[in-house]
Amino acid sequence: MRHIISVLMENEPGALSRVVGLFSQRNYNIESLTVAPTEDATLSRLTVTTIGNDRVVEQITKQLNKLIDVVKVVDLSEGDHIEREVMMIKLKASGQMRAEIKRTCDIFRGQIIDVTPTTYTVQLVGASDKLDAFISALGSASIMEVVRSGVCGIARGEKVLSL
Amino acid sequence: MVVRALKDEGVQYIYGYPGGSLLHVYDALFQQEDVQHILVRHEQAATHMADAYARATGKAGVALVTSGPGATNAVTGIATAFMDSIPMVVITGQVMSHLIGEDAFQETDMLGISRPVVKHNFSVQRPEDIPAIVRKAFHIAESGRPGPVVIDLPKDMTTPTERYPYEYPKQVKMRSYTPITRGHTGQIKKATDLLLNAKRPVIYSGGGVIMGDASEQLTELARLLNFPVTNTLMGLGGYPGTDRQFIGMLGMHGSYEANMAMHHADLILAVGARFDDRVTNATDKFCPTAKIVHIDIDPASISKTVQADIPIVGPAKVVLDEMAQLVKNSKKQPDADALKAWWQQIDEWRQRHGGRYRTDDSELMKPQQVIEMLSLVTNGDAFVTSDVGQHQMFAAQYYKFNKPNRWINSGGLGTMGFGLPAAMGVKMNFPDADVACVTGEGSIQMNIQELSTCKQYDLPVKILCLNNQSLGMVRQWQDMNYESRHSQSYMQSLPDFVKLVESYGHVGMKVDKYSDLEGAMREAFALKDRLVFMDIAVDPFEHVYPMQVPRGSMRDMWLTKTERT
Ligand SMILES: Cc1cc2nc3c(=O)[nH]c(=O)nc-3n(C[C@H](O)[C@H](O)[C@H](O)COP(=O)(O)OP(=O)(O)OC[C@H]3O[C@@H](n4cnc5c(N)ncnc54)[C@H](O)[C@@H]3O)c2cc1C
Ligand SMILES: Cc1ncc(C[n+]2csc(CCOP(=O)(O)OP(=O)(O)O)c2C)c(N)n1
Ligand SMILES: [Mg+2]
Repeated sequence: MRHIISVLMENEPGALSRVVGLFSQRNYNIESLTVAPTEDATLSRLTVTTIGNDRVVEQITKQLNKLIDVVKVVDLSEGDHIEREVMMIKLKASGQMRAEIKRTCDIFRGQIIDVTPTTYTVQLVGASDKLDAFISALGSASIMEVVRSGVCGIARGEKVLSL
Repeated sequence: MVVRALKDEGVQYIYGYPGGSLLHVYDALFQQEDVQHILVRHEQAATHMADAYARATGKAGVALVTSGPGATNAVTGIATAFMDSIPMVVITGQVMSHLIGEDAFQETDMLGISRPVVKHNFSVQRPEDIPAIVRKAFHIAESGRPGPVVIDLPKDMTTPTERYPYEYPKQVKMRSYTPITRGHTGQIKKATDLLLNAKRPVIYSGGGVIMGDASEQLTELARLLNFPVTNTLMGLGGYPGTDRQFIGMLGMHGSYEANMAMHHADLILAVGARFDDRVTNATDKFCPTAKIVHIDIDPASISKTVQADIPIVGPAKVVLDEMAQLVKNSKKQPDADALKAWWQQIDEWRQRHGGRYRTDDSELMKPQQVIEMLSLVTNGDAFVTSDVGQHQMFAAQYYKFNKPNRWINSGGLGTMGFGLPAAMGVKMNFPDADVACVTGEGSIQMNIQELSTCKQYDLPVKILCLNNQSLGMVRQWQDMNYESRHSQSYMQSLPDFVKLVESYGHVGMKVDKYSDLEGAMREAFALKDRLVFMDIAVDPFEHVYPMQVPRGSMRDMWLTKTERT
């Protein structure tokens, strides 16, 4: 199963490499990874999505907790949560393809953020499967480049991950 | 600042080797007398000495090595300590901070190299941080699940002409690191109920009981309950080896009775042990009828390879104590009838195969006999360090450890070359104790240069080299799995060890016959102030048994070259 693990950690040099190192060292897979400082500049928030059975994911959270720089860890997928990912996608757009792309883009509530006579760059925000769906919906439009931010997530309701 | 912080930490000895990036530190060492530096002959030995000090005392040992090759030479020792959860602080020199990343002379990314084999590492970025970093390093190394910590120290952090405010912190507070100090009472109650209802219980204890200073509590609980106790390789001495309730080591080379008891148990109380693959054999066949209570200070050790029914996260010492209190105050008593039957069964297993090896008519010694003699000559009271191989297993099986922290070996990494420096680290700190290093002619040559350090610091350890003229453990596997194709497992061109040690200024003895063994060994131990190297010829064809059958259950074992369960 796919899990979204959120990690609050000291914003210090080397902290990120410890997390990434842990994943490769223990043979855990990383689907995506995002990291940025929080409102408290001494803390970073890292979100990693991974695929594994319950036992593996339990080990991952335990091993992450063991890292000295890590303050807190939560597996967001255990409860109600919201996940978002940003994608920017550059497409060949000329002739009738322009209208077609525009339509698909509207259906998915994407925005065209850059235009040239032959290309469109579309920005789309949503859960990862929505982004995947958009890509397949593009059908014959030819994709020149895709950038995805990786997933970030937050629990619904009162629950927070903080000190 | 570095030396002063070490002094304030109460460090007496540090083990190391100088080099360019550490010259400021070495100069500071020269100008004081509180922290004594021991000069080894290879940095790996410095880390093993520090490590063995920690294994014998529970406190973090300290090693100091220069940047580049000094640091990389130390990596094996750091990994050795890491795998066995041993507290250690290793200070590695580093090039000037403005040169880092430029492939400067003797630069290596020690933070990167050490990362997978340390509990934590620090890089000093401001000299005024040194006291706090040193304090944190010791705190992290020694608390919770212990482990090695590296402090990478760029040369410009130690410039002697610059002065900084110095204050050694008394306490450490880290929001991201709070070791657990006690177990969950509800879980402990549940577990105690299970213990009192058990019909075929086994206590399986490991290195966590040794390093967690919990053998007294373990012994008390086991005696209260009259349960059999087995120890892992790392847990030997956690329960007295000569006690009736002790059923030997378990696992790949565990005793017949320990492995049989584990397999048939209905309850396993695991304490400070990590269900290593050398213990469990195939996990899907592991102890099919047992409920498992697992006490460990590291939640990640619990249900990692084998699912625990009742996990208890906490220090063994505190948790076991709480359990013993509960047992004492409980109206319910252990099931005496069931235990009686269980003990009968165990004693039967013990009779059938307990600690058996065969001697033949030849005068050629069996390695097991040498260890039994060592046990006899030292009254089971010596510190015994070991290298890695068959001799290590024989030492584990045949030396009866009655006290914790006396059996010092590399279990998790299995580092050949560990034994001699480890013996030195112990002897340095326990000058009046008997310290024996059990080794093989293969392993001893991996750090034999340390005989010179022994001379310099007058470290009269006793080295027992079980010389089977082969990499015995490798050869055994080749005999069993590769139709005796002995690929590269012979030790050819062995030196004359007696002459070799004499050239270092020590005493050498060669023993070829069992009839000479006792006399020679007594003589060696009587030479209190001399290092004695005993080159003991043993049967090169001997195998270590029992040996679990690969991918089998706990009870699937080879008992001799021809018999299996
Ligand atoms: C050639 C060779 C053969 C071997 N054969 C065997 C064999 O037959 N049998 C065998 O047992 N081993 C054998 N080993 C060793 C094996 O590889 C492992 O090192 C060993 O089994 C691990 O021991 P352990 O489970 O006690 O864990 P350790 O590595 O000692 O780990 C200690 C555990 O205790 C926990 N802990 C630490 N402090 C505390 C505390 N205060 N309170 C509670 N918990 C704590 C830690 O978190 C950890 O989980 C062999 C090794 C070699 C080299
Ligand atoms: C540094 C290192 N290299 C290789 C090994 C693999 N290995 C394990 S036991 C062994 C043989 C050890 O030979 P010896 O020291 O003579 O001991 P014996 O088994 O003969 O008693 C080897 C090569 C190891 N454990 N450590
Ligand atoms: Mg040998």
